[in-house]
Amino acid sequence: MPAMVRKLAQRLGMLQHSFVGGVHPNMHKLTADMVIEDVELAPMFVLPMKQHIGEICSPMVNVGDKVLRGQKIARSEGYLSVPVHAPTSGRVVKIEEHAIPHPSGMGLPSIFIESDGDDLSDQSIAPISDWINTDPTLLRERARMCGLAGLGGAVFPTFIKLVQDKRFPIETVVLNGIECEPYLTNDHRLMCEQSDAILEGMAIIRHMVGAASGIIAIEDNKPDAAQKMQQALDARDDMDGVSVVVLPTRYPQGSEKQLIYTLTGREVPAGKLPMHIGVLCQNVGTTKALRDAVVLGKPLTERIVTVSGDALPNPANLRVRIGTPVRTLFARQGLDDFSDIQIVHGGPMMGERLKHPDFPVVKSSTGLLVMSRPAMGAAHKVEQPCIRCGHCSEACPISLVPNLLADQCRSDQFEKAAQYDLFDCIECGACSYVCPSNIPLVHYFRYGKGQLALQRREQAFAEASRKRSEARDARIARENAEKAARRSQVRQTHAPKVETPKVDVPKTDADKAVGETAESKSVESKE
Amino acid sequence: MPLIMLSSPHAHGGDSIRMIMLTVILALLPAAGVSVYLFGWMAVLLIVTCMLSALVTEALCLKWMGRPVSTLLDNSAALTGLFLALTLPAATPWWMAVLGSVFAIVLGKQLYGGLGYNIFNPALSARVILLISFPLNMTTWIIPMSAHMGAMEPALNLYDFSTCATLFFGGPAALQLGFDAISMASPLGYIKTEATLGVPVADALNAYHYSYLDAFLGFEAGSIGETSALALLIGGIFLLARHSITWHIPFTYIVTVLVLAGLFNALNPDQFAPPLFHFFAGGLILCAFFMATDPVSSPVTPMGQVVFGIGCGVITWSIRTWGGYPEGAMFAVLLMNCAVPLIDHYFRPRVYGHQRRSES
Repeated sequence: MPAMVRKLAQRLGMLQHSFVGGVHPNMHKLTADMVIEDVELAPMFVLPMKQHIGEICSPMVNVGDKVLRGQKIARSEGYLSVPVHAPTSGRVVKIEEHAIPHPSGMGLPSIFIESDGDDLSDQSIAPISDWINTDPTLLRERARMCGLAGLGGAVFPTFIKLVQDKRFPIETVVLNGIECEPYLTNDHRLMCEQSDAILEGMAIIRHMVGAASGIIAIEDNKPDAAQKMQQALDARDDMDGVSVVVLPTRYPQGSEKQLIYTLTGREVPAGKLPMHIGVLCQNVGTTKALRDAVVLGKPLTERIVTVSGDALPNPANLRVRIGTPVRTLFARQGLDDFSDIQIVHGGPMMGERLKHPDFPVVKSSTGLLVMSRPAMGAAHKVEQPCIRCGHCSEACPISLVPNLLADQCRSDQFEKAAQYDLFDCIECGACSYVCPSNIPLVHYFRYGKGQLALQRREQAFAEASRKRSEARDARIARENAEKAARRSQVRQTHAPKVETPKVDVPKTDADKAVGETAESKSVESKE
Repeated sequence: MPLIMLSSPHAHGGDSIRMIMLTVILALLPAAGVSVYLFGWMAVLLIVTCMLSALVTEALCLKWMGRPVSTLLDNSAALTGLFLALTLPAATPWWMAVLGSVFAIVLGKQLYGGLGYNIFNPALSARVILLISFPLNMTTWIIPMSAHMGAMEPALNLYDFSTCATLFFGGPAALQLGFDAISMASPLGYIKTEATLGVPVADALNAYHYSYLDAFLGFEAGSIGETSALALLIGGIFLLARHSITWHIPFTYIVTVLVLAGLFNALNPDQFAPPLFHFFAGGLILCAFFMATDPVSSPVTPMGQVVFGIGCGVITWSIRTWGGYPEGAMFAVLLMNCAVPLIDHYFRPRVYGHQRRSES
C-alpha cells in the first residue's frame, strides 16, 4: 500500500497505526523451538567494569579475595551506572584489562574470578515477597543495587526509567517481546517458559510507576509465545488493563520509539524519552530479571543467550552466567575452529562483528552468532556508487534520507548532516540492508556522529578557554587599574613628584595592550 | 585493498545495481517488441547499434579513467543504449545512433563522474543533442508497417533486411527514395501544424484519420519505442510490481498532463487537444514510467517525486501546447532534472519525533 494512502487511513482511524519503513529480513530463527539449557560453570569468569550505557564501575575487591555468587564486586561511580556482581563463588585471581565485545577490539579493566565449583550464593539481599506494599523508591533502589540494565541489548540502567514523576505520569507500560532481530530467540523462549515470572515483573513495574494500562507486544512469528503469555495473563488476577498485542513481523519493530508509535499512535518527541508521553518500555528479559531481583533477592548474574548462526553445529538457547568466556560456549555447541568464520555479538542487524572469540558474555549479550561469509550476503562487499534509488529512504523507520546524509558524512559536512537530523538515526541498519550499491550507510552515520561530537567538544573547550582568557585579561586590567589608583593615592599623600613619569609610562602601555587584546578578542567572538 | 568493514548490519537484502538495471531492461522488452513489429529490421539495427556502441564507449571511458572495466556488467550502459534507441525515429542512420550513444555515455554520464553522478538522464540528453543538431532526421517519421495492413503496398518493406540495411547504412538516397515518400507526420506534429493554420483540433484529428485504438496499441508514427501505450504500460506495471519504481512520478506526471489538458480542452475544444490524445501521444508514457523515474536523476523523497512529477507534467503540456516543438516530454524531464537537488532539499519527509521538517 502506498505510504501516503496508509498514513491517511491511519489518520482517519481506518487503519492501525504502524511505524513507517522497515524491512523484512530472512529471520533464521533456528532455535525457536529449543528449550533454554543451563550452561555448566566455567572455570574462569571475566567481568568487565562497564556492561551498561553510562559511567564505568570501579573494582571493590582485591586479588585473592573470596567472593560469593551475587556479591557486589564493583561499585558504580556516578548516577548513570549500575554495579557488577560475581557470577559464582570463587576467588579473585587478577584485575586487568581484557577484550570486551566491541568491534574496535578495545578492552576494559576486568575482574577475573576463578570458580571454586561450589556456586555458593550471597544471601545478604533479602527477598521482598510483599512488594505490593513496598515503597516504589525502595524497589527502585533494589533495581539499581542488583545491577539491572536493559537486556534487550541497549543495557540502559533500568532503575532510571522506573520512576514516578508527577509531571510525567506513566499511563502505559509496554512489555517488549518483539525480538525483531534475525536469529535471536532468547526473549521468545523466555516468554514461552517463564511467562508468569515475566508478568509478575510487569506487575512490579506497574506498581512502581503507577501505570493503569499495559501492553505485551509480540510479533506474529512467535504465536506460541503470544499464546503462553495470554494464558499466564488470564491466570493472574492483578493484570487488569493489560493485553497481549500481536503485531505483523517487521524489522525494526522492537525499537522502542517505533514500537511505541505502532502501539499508541504517538511519537516520542526528538530529544525526549518515552516517559514524556506517558509510556514506559521494558524488555521481557529485563522484566524477568527485575522480578528475580525483587522477589528472590537475586542480582543480575545470568542471562539468556541465543547461540546460533549457519556455521554453528549445534545452535541453542542458553542460560549463561555473565562473565562466561564465549570461546567455551562455542566449544560447548561444537565449534572449535574459528578460521573463515564471522562472529557477531548481538543480532545481525545491529550487533557487533568481532575478529576473535576471546571476550566474555556481558549484560548486553542477546546473541552470539557465527556465520559463514555467504550467509552475510552482500553485507561488507565493496561499495559501489549510489544510484539514488531511494530504497534507503523507504526503509528508514524515522524518515531520514540516508543517501543524502551519507554523502554529507562522507564529505565531512557534519553540521549539514546534523541539520538533516543525523542524530535522530537509530542505527537500525535497514538502509544498509536494502542498499543495492552495498553502501555501509550506518557506518557513515556513526562516523559522522562521532566526528561531530568530537568537533563540538573541541569547540566547547575552545570557547571555555577563550572565556577563561578573557576573564584573566579583565582581572589583570582591573588589578592594574586598582594598583594605579592606589599609587596615585600614595603619591598624593607623599608627593615625590619626580618619580611620576618613570612609573606611569610603562603602566599605561601595559593597560593599553590589555585593552587591545580584549578588544580584538571581542571582535573575534562577534565573528 | 579496502578495509574490512566491521560495522553493522551484517546482513543484506541481496538487491544489486545489476538487477535493478536488468529489471528495467526487461520492462522495456514489450516496447522493443512492438518497435520491431512496427519498424522491422530498422528497429533491430537501431537497438543493437545503440546498445553496442554505448557498451563500447563505456568500456573505453572506464579504461581511460582507470576504473575496473568489469563495472560494465552493472548493465547501466546497456540500458542507456536501449533507452536511446527507443527514443529515436526509425530512419535514424547508423552514424547518428553511434554518435548519440557516445554523447549519452561521455557527455551524459562519465563526464559527471560516472554512474550515479549525472544530473541529467543520459539517454534523453543525448537525444536532445541529436534533435538540435539534426532536426530534419530527428523529426522524420517512417510510415510503420502497421499502416500497410490494408491494401496499400508499402513503399518500403521494413521486414526486408537488405532494404533496411541499405537505408540504415546508406540513407534514403541509397534507395533512391526521398524522405517524403517513406515518411508521415506524427499525430502531435500534425495537429501542431494544423493549429498554427487555425484548423480546429477535432478537424485536424479527423483529417489525420486519428484512432485512439491505434494510439493505444502503438500503430502510429513516432520514435520506435514510444508509440505503443499498451506495451509501455505493461512494462511500467512490471516495474511497479517489482518495486523498481514507485507510483509517485508516473502517476503525478500523467495525471497533471490529463488535468491540464482536460481543463483547457473543456474551455476551448477547438484550440486544445483532448486529454486522452495527450495521454497516448508522443513520449509521455515512456517518459513518465521510464525516463522521469531514472533513479539517478530524479528526487529520492516521496514528496519530492510528487513535485517532480507535477513539474514534468506542467512543462510537457505547456511545450506541446504553446512551445515551438510538437513534443515536450523529454525537455520537461531534463528541465526538472536540474531542479532535483533543490527538490530533494526542500521536500524531505518529516522525521520521527519532529514537529515539522527541520529548517535549513
